[in-house]
Amino acid sequence: MKEVTFGQYYPVESFVHKVDPRLKIVFLIAYITAIFLAKNFYGLAACAFVLVLTVAFSRVPILKVLRALRGIAVLILFTSVLNVFFYRGEGDPYFEWTVFAVYREGLIFSAFLVCRLVLLAMLSSMLTYTTTPVALCDGIESLLTPLKWIRFPVHAVSLIMSQALSMIPILSDETDRIKSAQMARGADFESGNPVKRVKAMIPILIPLLISAFRRAEELGEAMEARCYMGDKKRTKYKKLTFTWRDLIVFLLIAGLVTGVVLLRVYCGGVI
Amino acid sequence: MTITAEHLSYVYHPGSPFAAKALDDVSLTIEEGEFFGIIGHTGSGKSTFVKHLNGLIRLPSSQKHYKKPKAKKGMPSPVVPSLKVGEYDLSSRKTDFYGLRKKVGMVFQYPEAQLFAETVFEDVAFGLKNFERDMKEKETEAAVKAAIEVVGLDYAAVKDVSPFDLSGGQKRRVAIAGVIVTKPEILVLDEPAAGLDPLGKKEIMALLHRLHGDWCKTVVIVSHDMDEIAENCTRAAVFSEGKIVYALPPKELFLKADELFALGLDIPLTAKLRLALLKRGIETDCDFTVDSFVDAVLKKRGGAS
Amino acid sequence: MKNFDLDIEEGEFLAVLGHNGSGKSTLARLMNGLLLPDKGTVEVFGTALTEKNLYDVRRNVGVVFQNPDNQTVSMLVEDDVAFGAENVGLTREEIGERIAFALSAVGMEEYRHATVARLSGGQKQRIAIAGVLALKPRVLVLDESTAMLDPRGRREIMDVVLRLNREEHITVVLITHFMEEALLSSRAVVMNRGEIVMQGAPSDIFERHEELLTYNLTLPRIGEICKKLQAGGMNVPDTLDVEILAEAIAASLRSS
Repeated sequence: MKEVTFGQYYPVESFVHKVDPRLKIVFLIAYITAIFLAKNFYGLAACAFVLVLTVAFSRVPILKVLRALRGIAVLILFTSVLNVFFYRGEGDPYFEWTVFAVYREGLIFSAFLVCRLVLLAMLSSMLTYTTTPVALCDGIESLLTPLKWIRFPVHAVSLIMSQALSMIPILSDETDRIKSAQMARGADFESGNPVKRVKAMIPILIPLLISAFRRAEELGEAMEARCYMGDKKRTKYKKLTFTWRDLIVFLLIAGLVTGVVLLRVYCGGVI
Repeated sequence: MTITAEHLSYVYHPGSPFAAKALDDVSLTIEEGEFFGIIGHTGSGKSTFVKHLNGLIRLPSSQKHYKKPKAKKGMPSPVVPSLKVGEYDLSSRKTDFYGLRKKVGMVFQYPEAQLFAETVFEDVAFGLKNFERDMKEKETEAAVKAAIEVVGLDYAAVKDVSPFDLSGGQKRRVAIAGVIVTKPEILVLDEPAAGLDPLGKKEIMALLHRLHGDWCKTVVIVSHDMDEIAENCTRAAVFSEGKIVYALPPKELFLKADELFALGLDIPLTAKLRLALLKRGIETDCDFTVDSFVDAVLKKRGGAS
Repeated sequence: MKNFDLDIEEGEFLAVLGHNGSGKSTLARLMNGLLLPDKGTVEVFGTALTEKNLYDVRRNVGVVFQNPDNQTVSMLVEDDVAFGAENVGLTREEIGERIAFALSAVGMEEYRHATVARLSGGQKQRIAIAGVLALKPRVLVLDESTAMLDPRGRREIMDVVLRLNREEHITVVLITHFMEEALLSSRAVVMNRGEIVMQGAPSDIFERHEELLTYNLTLPRIGEICKKLQAGGMNVPDTLDVEILAEAIAASLRSS
């Protein structure tokens, strides 16, 4: 029996966990906007402050949040190397060799970009740490509702999303089981060249596909048996409602965006 | 090959909010030639134990970055888990897990889920081709044929058929053939009869008895069905909350009705009948198979008259 | 299936027996219109099932399937149970009440906010039953719903089903290949190759055990013991009850 939660939901109760998922999505979008509006380190400091608040009120261990950076480590390295060596500043370079040159501005700008990326990655991970996939789906569906006017199948899309999500733990269990079974029959997934390794996956992939199809079929039947006929007539039990928490978060977002804009206007650019 | 486990412990997801102790200081010996039963609820640790037997779950000491726990002064020296399967020492880093898996065949729950090849022949040959890379085609064919026949299928009729076109019971036989084709010395099966109808169940158990002895020296089954255990096993271990509570022959194990009930487990029908007769002052002495129970009852009458 | 005639009375607990592939599952799908018959009609509470009234029929006839993992629509218990009630357009308050009712009917109230994936097989299957009960059906069809469960899970489901039948007066159609489960029913039918070949009280059916064997069905183990004792010349009745059998053995030993 394997315990998997998709993405990385961290199951504790906290202020941040209880915030309306729609607002959290809006929060993330606003935060990204703020990061890109920030033209100097003061703006980023404001963003960093908000991040610290979020982490502090989420009860997610800081190590977990830092782990989100592992995924973008390569990207961070790549951007900083590129900017350090190729950014052309105005004064004398600290270092020059063929096409490479290190200027003061390059160093600052690259540090600025790295800060942006780090903040972005950490706050995005906070969304998935504190929001269950189901709530996330509901949030997205609710935010997409206006698209119904242009006949966008909002309900179907959200149903597909949530079905895919609930299938992940089951398929992951199934993968484990099939992998164990094939390993017991001498299959080797760890050695050999890439072509050989991909070929070695076939005995896992085929049974997995078959089981996924069977599941989809049986699930369809089970849904029909429970009177599912698309979203006609359908009501929703869980309505998202705003609370005082959401108001605080809303004020925080508004404050952050205004602050960053003011800092941008009055304090000038980073370089 | 004898299986000797000492002080096995295992924790799933250590250090996470989902950490769960699956095995807690388990020691057990299974002798060569036994038809061994493993009993316990879902989550009692029995599947985790079984997965150790062919190295699908490895002992900490057999892993790369293992550091020996240091003995602290004044404290008893830390227990070192060990597991030996025949000549294989699974607590060592140098163990040939490949060779081990050839000797310890494992049939998982609903094994038909592992079928993948285009034909029954190819599927059954899969393990053989993995383990015996240099085997000649003729030999492979002979081994596959023997395996398909011993599970009770008609080789000529099924070998070129897609395994997905077979009935549920047939699929399960093909899956079992795909494991026993390498003639493992120990055959471990997790709930081999699960989901089959009563007749299918009987046939699978009969198949296991056919395999036991000549084909595979030792058979280990994980089962929820006490009647199945009583009817078939030479000895059975009861798992509960990661520990082994009993490891006894059915004849002794099922005398402990109250203890088993307390663990939320059942007893075989013959044991229930024995209790009901005991209430009426009648002692029956049997090993809890249906036949021995019937004999014991009939003998009572013979003795009295 | 061919030439199939079966009447099920309201409030009845009917067991449908048959080996794998005998047509049992087709029967389950016909009863709530997941399949429509090529020929003939299915009548539910006096109205013939057509493509137009599927919706109403399904509200009244709930089906629970075999695989506990493949019936979950949502990751959270509460949301999953709500699914059916949402589909028929109830208000939020009504849905909330239905969830509470359905979960308490299957004894899973305290799991309302749990994640389905972490439950045991028996618990998942109880949630599947609750999901159907949230529609307040008058008939509950269980299509081999215990086949993939361990004995504890199986017992849980049978307890729930018996209680629903006795206390909520829900008609139960139990499709199974476990003879022991069929013993709990008020009437049993045996299917073979899409036809009904035997029917009657479960004990009557088990008395005709030679006939059962020809349909690839076996006796419950206790029936087997009765037969073996009789074959050994002991005077015991065909019974499926441990106490009755023990009493008969005791009496027979005393008299000899």
